[in-house]
Amino acid sequence: MAGLVANARVVASLGARSVRQTFRRPQLAAPIVVFPSLLLAVQTGGAGGAVNLPQFPEVNGFLDFMLAGAMIQSCLLAGNSGGIALAVDLEMGFTDRLFAAPISRYAIVLGRLAGTAALGAISAVYYVVIGLVFGVTYEEGVGGVVLMVLWVTLAAVAFGSIAAAIALRAGRASVVQGMFPMIFVILFLSTAFFPAELMQEPAATVAEYNPLSFVVAGVRDPVVSVVTGEGALKAFASIVGFAALGLGLSALAMRRRLRLG
Amino acid sequence: MAAIEVRGLERAFQGGVKAVRGVDLEVAEGEIYAFLGPNGAGKTTTVRMLTTLLRPTGGTARVAGHDIVREAPAVRRAIGVALQEAALDPLMTGRELIHLQATLHRLPRAEARAKADELLARVGLEHAADRRVGTYSGGMRRRLDLASALVHEPRVLFLDEPTTGLDPVSRKAIWDEVRALNRSGTTVFLTTQYLEEADQLADRVGIIAQGRIVAEGTPSELKAQVGKPHLEISIADGELERAREVVARLGHELPPKDGLVLVELEGGAAQVAPVVRALDEAGIAVESLQLVEPTLDDVFVAKTGRHLEGNGDGSGASVEAAPGDSSEDGARPEQPAEA
Repeated sequence: MAGLVANARVVASLGARSVRQTFRRPQLAAPIVVFPSLLLAVQTGGAGGAVNLPQFPEVNGFLDFMLAGAMIQSCLLAGNSGGIALAVDLEMGFTDRLFAAPISRYAIVLGRLAGTAALGAISAVYYVVIGLVFGVTYEEGVGGVVLMVLWVTLAAVAFGSIAAAIALRAGRASVVQGMFPMIFVILFLSTAFFPAELMQEPAATVAEYNPLSFVVAGVRDPVVSVVTGEGALKAFASIVGFAALGLGLSALAMRRRLRLG
Repeated sequence: MAAIEVRGLERAFQGGVKAVRGVDLEVAEGEIYAFLGPNGAGKTTTVRMLTTLLRPTGGTARVAGHDIVREAPAVRRAIGVALQEAALDPLMTGRELIHLQATLHRLPRAEARAKADELLARVGLEHAADRRVGTYSGGMRRRLDLASALVHEPRVLFLDEPTTGLDPVSRKAIWDEVRALNRSGTTVFLTTQYLEEADQLADRVGIIAQGRIVAEGTPSELKAQVGKPHLEISIADGELERAREVVARLGHELPPKDGLVLVELEGGAAQVAPVVRALDEAGIAVESLQLVEPTLDDVFVAKTGRHLEGNGDGSGASVEAAPGDSSEDGARPEQPAEA
């Protein structure tokens, strides 16, 4: 029990460091807030008329629809920034300091993910406030908003675990940074910014089965409609799937790194 | 019980490159042991294995009584590590780093705060404690790194090239701190490519080249293996032969070189005064004299056929000279003595 508490303290400390690091390094913080905000502004301003298309879901406004996409984009980028920061730690040897300490090696990854979770939560709150300022109606009220923040936070951890795995395997920030375009490809092949009903094949089918779409739907439902058990389950299962993949790959990459030195 | 016991330690990397090829060494409790060698000799790889950062591919090692593979967590609790290039986060403040290190070693919060204040003051960084590490000079970073390694009062402290690239003042500050730590009972294992550092700090020195220890002992023992100190005396014209007769009575006379009288002195610097007195009593005018002592570089040359370049000045030179480069002139620091 004492060991668990001690490791929890280590994870919290490393998480706090991770958050401070993000805010002190603009190139880590900017993608989380600036890019999604800009995209949100440009798309809402330029393509707001899309809500009038026949197959567009019934929403109060285009921003109501887009907000979930911006949140997911932000938490994907938060995860990626966490991976970049971990790779920078590896490059500059900071992780050796952690590896040489009497702590669980996995606390190092969990600490980084704790920081990513905090950033995910902060960005979710930021976009909720943006929505309120610009007239978004949260159909499910406060409870729905809490659920949105929860999904975004958990999704940030899941995406962060995949970025951490890449960082641990490659050990180079440039490799993790190279995932940046992939994030946008995956994002645009989901329902984050466009309803599947209006997509052409094969993008529509890809988006329909893209697990990211389930997460987007989980975040969007409390804004535009009602939260259903099935939707929540799909969102949760998708997040768990991403996390399982990321944590599994991270564990393998960590073992390899420790073996090879 | 030895603080560090190493038997046949080996490390091969992918592609079959063997960085460490069967290192045996023993460091007693309370000792300062210097691992001296050029870049690529295997110093850092050995330290990384002893600090559990790298698994050996052969041999065994125990640190603070614990096996580095089977009891790695116990080893980590007992050691402090300051690695090469001071792996510090430039975005953290000095105080934040010490707090984090204290958390990693499970110190309670209040104790961590007190420890941070104490250690930052000890290494002279209290004024910069709340500044980001990125604004620190190289010497400040090394001192912070050293302070962070001491947060849990380790039994064994590993310092990987603690003064590489530092100016003489910063280097001396680190040396003073290492000596103070050692006086308080901490065993210190340091790697260095600086002869002077090994000579000044270490109780014993292990010279490593190409992954093997080629010589080991106290600095005096090692130097004694390759020769004794000798005095080079410049004598006024016409007195050379008489001077040779005089000095031959006080030590083993060596063949003259470039008009200088050379005499080997068993007692080193302590024998300089009698030689000067004897020459003076014989009415022989001495123009100048220099006591030339064997250096660890001479030991390195004798054992490997190569020099440790840039050794005396601590300028950070680290490349091995080509085999066969055995010129002694540039590598041997001389101690001038007043006639």
